[in-house]
Amino acid sequence: MANIQIANVSKTYAGDIHAVKSVNIDIADGEFIVLVGPSGCGKSTLLRMIAGLETITSGTASIGGKIVNKVEPAERDIAMVFQNYALYPHMSVYANMAYGLKNRGTPKAEIDARVKEAVRMLELEPYLDRKPRALSGGQRQRVAMGRAIVRKPAAFLFDEPLSNLDAKLRVSMRGEIKQLQKRLGTTSLYVTHDQLEAMTLADRLVVLNRGEVEQIGTPLDVYHNPASTFVAGFIGSPAMNLVNVEITGQTIAFGDQTISVENRTLPQGKSTLGIRPEDLRLAQDGSGFAFHVDYIEELGAQRLVHGHASGTPLTVTLSSEVALPEDIRLSVLAEKLHFFSAETGKRITA
Amino acid sequence: MKRVQFSHPYLPYLFLLPQMAVIFIFFYWPSAQAIQSSFYLEDPFGFGSTFVGINNYTDILSSSEYMRIAWFTVWFTVLVTFFSLSIGLLLAVKADAILKGASAYKTLLISVYAVAPPVAGLIGVMFFDQHIGPFVKFAALFGWDMRIGINYYDTAIAMITIAVWKQIPYNFIFFLSGLQGIPVSVREASAIDCRSGLRRFWTITLPLLSPTAFFLLIINMTYALFDTFGIVDTTVKDKAANNPITLVYKVYMDGFRGNDLGGSSAQSVILMIVVFVLTIFQFRFLERRVHYN
Repeated sequence: MANIQIANVSKTYAGDIHAVKSVNIDIADGEFIVLVGPSGCGKSTLLRMIAGLETITSGTASIGGKIVNKVEPAERDIAMVFQNYALYPHMSVYANMAYGLKNRGTPKAEIDARVKEAVRMLELEPYLDRKPRALSGGQRQRVAMGRAIVRKPAAFLFDEPLSNLDAKLRVSMRGEIKQLQKRLGTTSLYVTHDQLEAMTLADRLVVLNRGEVEQIGTPLDVYHNPASTFVAGFIGSPAMNLVNVEITGQTIAFGDQTISVENRTLPQGKSTLGIRPEDLRLAQDGSGFAFHVDYIEELGAQRLVHGHASGTPLTVTLSSEVALPEDIRLSVLAEKLHFFSAETGKRITA
Repeated sequence: MKRVQFSHPYLPYLFLLPQMAVIFIFFYWPSAQAIQSSFYLEDPFGFGSTFVGINNYTDILSSSEYMRIAWFTVWFTVLVTFFSLSIGLLLAVKADAILKGASAYKTLLISVYAVAPPVAGLIGVMFFDQHIGPFVKFAALFGWDMRIGINYYDTAIAMITIAVWKQIPYNFIFFLSGLQGIPVSVREASAIDCRSGLRRFWTITLPLLSPTAFFLLIINMTYALFDTFGIVDTTVKDKAANNPITLVYKVYMDGFRGNDLGGSSAQSVILMIVVFVLTIFQFRFLERRVHYN
C-alpha cells in the first residue's frame, strides 16, 4: 500500500511533441484514480511513466514517498494490467501468476498460497493448468488481474484493461474490478477513454486533454461542476449541450430567442452556456423557447430528442410517457445552468 | 478453405506434374540409382560392374579412415550449428534492442548472406592465408603458428570459422523477425515481473523464440552436413590428404577422384539414412518442447 505523487511530470518526444505537460496528481493510499480522456490525450503515457515503461522527461513520480524516476519497473512495487492482457503464452495460468513472485525469490509455499487465494477470488480454479490460448477473453483478463493481485504490490496500474471485451462482459468485469479493489484496498491508477467506465470506477477522476489536466474531482463533482467546456462535453452521455449566448441582466439571448432566469446572478456579456439534456423540460403554456425536432432516439424508459433552437443543435432527454406536443417549447432549470468563458472555455463561477 | 472444382478430372494432376517431375528426376531417381549402384563394384573405366552384395557397406564401416571422417563430421556439424545459432541469436537480440541506426546495422549483418558458399570459402581462405591472412597474423600475436592445409586442427578451426561466418546472417534474419514477433506488451509485462534481463531472456524470450530456433536447428544441421561442401573444398584446396573433410566431401572424393562409384554410392546411402533418422528424432523428441503460439 502506498500513496503516489506525480509532480510536474512532462513527457516530450523527439520533434518537440509534448505528450504530457506538467501534470500534478496526488493519489492517497488506497484510492482508485481513473485517468480519462480522448485517444492521444497522454493518459497511457502518464501511466507508463509511472510504471517505468517510459522515461520521465521532467518532473518526479514517487511511490510511497520514494522518487522512482530512475527505478527499474520491476523494483517499483507496482503491478500492471495491460489492454491485450500480455499473458506469457508459453506458461500455464498458474505459472503466469507465479512468475513475478518466483523472480522475487518468494518461497514456494507462499507462492502457492497466494496463487491459490487469487484463483479462488477470481474463480479460475478449473483453469490452473491451461495455457492462455485455451482461455476466453474474460478468463484471460482474470488471469491478468490475478497476476497483479498475487504480487500484493503498492499499486495497481490498469491500461484500458476492458477495451478488448464485449459490452456485456465489460460491465460485469467493471463491477468485479471495483469490488476487488475495495476489498484489497490497493492504490489503483486506471486508464480509460470510456467516460462511463471512468464514472463508475473512480474515487476521483482525472480528465486529461492534450497532455494537460482539465479537472480532478469525484465523478459527481466533475459531472455537476465541469471545470471547462471540454470536460462538460466529455463527461456525461449524451453530452452536455453547449450554446453560445449573450447575457444582459437576467436575460440570456441566443440566436433570436431569449431565456429569462430569476433567482440567480448571471455572468454578463458573451459566454458559453452549458445545459445537460436531462435539465431541459417541456415548457407549459407558451413559455420557454421554441425547439424543432430533427429526430428521436427511443431508449425505452426515456427518449433522446435531437433538434435545434434558433439554429443551435440541442439534445433533450424526456420521459417516454409524456406525449410530445406539436409545437415544442423548452424551459431550463436555472440552478442547473453552467457558464463557461467564451474565450478560454473555463468555468465561470458566479 | 475454398474448394475448387475442376471440370476435367486430370487437370489438377497436370498442374502437379512439373513439381512431381522435378522431385522425381532430381531426387527419387538419383536416390534409386545410388542405392542400386551401392551393391555393385563398378569398373573404373566403365567396362561393366560386378554385384558384390553388401561388401561396399562392410568395407566402409570397417574402415578406420571413414570412422575418423565421420567423427570429424559430427564435431563439425555440432560446432557449426552451435556457434552459428548462438552468435546469430546474440546479434539479433542486440540489433533488436537498438533504436538508432537499426536499419543500417541490420542491412550490414544481413548482406553477408548474399555471398555464395564457394565465394565465402574463398574469402575465408584469404582471411586464413599463410602470407596475407589477417587471422593468421592475429593468431601469431599470441604465438599460435596457424598452418592451414598443413596442420589438421588449424585447418579444422579455419573451416568451422568460415562455415559459421557464412551461416550467421541467415540465422540472424530469422531470429530478428522471431524477436519482433514477440508482443511488446509481453516484454513489458516481463519487465515488471522480473528485474534481471538475462533471466527474462531465458524464461520469456527464448521459449517464445523456440519455433524459430527449432526450424533453424534443422536448417543449420543440414547446412553443416551438406551445404558446406564448397567451403571444405576451398579450404583444403583439393589436397584432402591429411586434412579434415566431411562425409559429403568424401563421397565426392571417392566417387569422382577415386572412381569408386560403388563405395561412394554406399556412402551417400548411409548419409541418407543418417539424415532420415535425424529428422525423425528432431520432430519426435525436440518438437514436443517447442511452443507454437
